[in-house]
Amino acid sequence: MQPFGTLKGFGVTFKHIFKQPITQQYPEYKRPVYPRFRGRHRLHRHANGLEKCVGCSLCAAACPADCIRVVAAENTAEHRVSAGERYARIYEINLSRCIFCGYCELACPFDAITLGNEFELSEYSRDDLIYTKDMLLAEPIKRVPVQDPVLYDTPIPAYKRES
Amino acid sequence: MSALFLASGANGEPWWIALIKAFVVINLVLFGFAYLTLIERKVMGRMQVRYGPNRAGPFGTLQPIADLVKLIRKESFFPAQAVDVLYILSPFLAAFTALTTFSVIPWGPGWVIGGYQVNGYVADVPIALLLVFALGSIGVYGFIVGGWASNSKYSLLGSMRTCAQLVSYEVSLALSVLGVVVMAKSLSLVDVVAAQDAEVWYVIPQFVGFLVFIVAGTAETSRAPFDLPEAEQELVAGYHTEYGGMRFGLYSMSEYINLITLSGLAVTLFLGGWHGPWLPGIVWFLLKLAVLLFLFIWIRTTLPRLRYDQLMRFGWKVLLPVATLNAVVTALLVVAL
Repeated sequence: MQPFGTLKGFGVTFKHIFKQPITQQYPEYKRPVYPRFRGRHRLHRHANGLEKCVGCSLCAAACPADCIRVVAAENTAEHRVSAGERYARIYEINLSRCIFCGYCELACPFDAITLGNEFELSEYSRDDLIYTKDMLLAEPIKRVPVQDPVLYDTPIPAYKRES
Repeated sequence: MSALFLASGANGEPWWIALIKAFVVINLVLFGFAYLTLIERKVMGRMQVRYGPNRAGPFGTLQPIADLVKLIRKESFFPAQAVDVLYILSPFLAAFTALTTFSVIPWGPGWVIGGYQVNGYVADVPIALLLVFALGSIGVYGFIVGGWASNSKYSLLGSMRTCAQLVSYEVSLALSVLGVVVMAKSLSLVDVVAAQDAEVWYVIPQFVGFLVFIVAGTAETSRAPFDLPEAEQELVAGYHTEYGGMRFGLYSMSEYINLITLSGLAVTLFLGGWHGPWLPGIVWFLLKLAVLLFLFIWIRTTLPRLRYDQLMRFGWKVLLPVATLNAVVTALLVVAL
C-alpha cells in the first residue's frame, strides 16, 4: 500500500533521532587501521644496527609512480652502513607522488622497506612531503593505533612468511 | 504612503511604532533563518544517524555565523556573458519579497506599552492574503530572471523548472486557502485569526485544505520531495548555478525565509494563529511555527525526489482537483448552514 508505506518511512526517520549517531569524531577518535594497512613507508635496520637496505634500487624500478630515488655508495671497513656490499647514500620518497601500492615492499629482497601505518601526511609545502632516509628510518612521531591482527583472517602473504 | 500609515493609524498606533516593529521583525526573521539552517542540518543529521555540524562553537551553535562570514568574504564573481543589471538585482528581488511577506502575519494580541497602542502585527492589510500571493509571484521573478540573466544553460534549465513548478502549484496553494477565506469571510489575516478564536482552529473543518496547503507549500518553496529546480544530479544547482558569495546567500536566504513565512501563514490560517491557552500569544505562535518547520524538515529527510512527470501529474491531476473540490464544498456548506 503506497500511502502507508510512505507513512512508515516517516516513522523510521523519526525513530532515528533518538539513536546514538554512528559518526566517528575523527581528530579526537582515530579509527584503528587494519594490520595490513598501507601507510607511510618505513626503512628498517638489522638487530645489530646496520641498515637492511643495500641500495639495489629494485624498489625504484618497481615503483609505478616513480617516486623513489636511490643513490648507492660502497660500504668500506671504516664506514659500514648496511649489511651488504653497498648502501643507500641517498634514499628519498616523494610522498606527493606515491600511490601507496606497496610494490616497493614486494620488490625489496631484504624487507628493508615496508609500508607503515601513518596516514596523516598533510603538509603546507610540497617540499615537506619528500621524505629522506633519516625520516624514513626514524620511529614515527605520531603513533597510529592498529587493530588486532587476530580479528582478521587474511593470510600473511607468502613473500613475508618465507623470508 | 499616507494610506499605509492610516491603515495602521486607524488602530490607534503611531506610525513610528510600526516602523520599529518592522525593523525588529525583519531582524528576528533573519535570525530565525540563520538558526533554521543550523537546526535543519542538526535534525537531518540525527535522522540520518550522524551528528550534523558540531565544530563551530558549543554544539555547533556558531555555525550560521561561520557560514555568513564565509559567504560575505567570498568574491562576488560575475559571469562574463551575464546580463549585469538583472544578474545583480535578482537576488535582492527574491530576498525583498520573501522578507516583505512576513509583515502581514499577526503574532500577538497587541499591547499598550507606555500609553502607546502596539499591535501584534506589522501591517493589517485588508487584502493580506492577496498581498502574500502577489509578493510570492513577484519573488518568482527573482528566481527566473536570475537564472536567465546568468546566461548559462544549467541556470536557464533550473529557472524554467522553477517557473513550471511554481506556476503549477501556486494554483493549488491559492485554492487550498480559499476554504479558509470563505469560512472567515475576510482576506485579512488578523480577521482570520480572530474568527478562529471565535469558532475552532480551521485545521479541523479544513483538514483537506491544510494538507493541500502543506504539500503545495513544500513545492512552492522547492524543498524535497519537490526540489526539482535544484536537483543536483541532473542540473548543477538550479537557477543559482552561476551565483556565489553573498548573492547566493541571498537566494538561499529567500528560500528559507519563504519557508518560515509559509509556516507562519499555515499557523495563521489553519492552526489558530497566536491563540492558545495559558501561554502568551507570541510563545504559542513560535511553538506552532517550530512544529511546522520541524514537519518540513522531517518531510525533507524522509521523502525522495519526484520525477518531473510525477510532479506535474500530481500537481494537476491530484492536488488541483482536491483543492477545487475542497473550496467548492466549503462554499456550499457555508451558504447552506
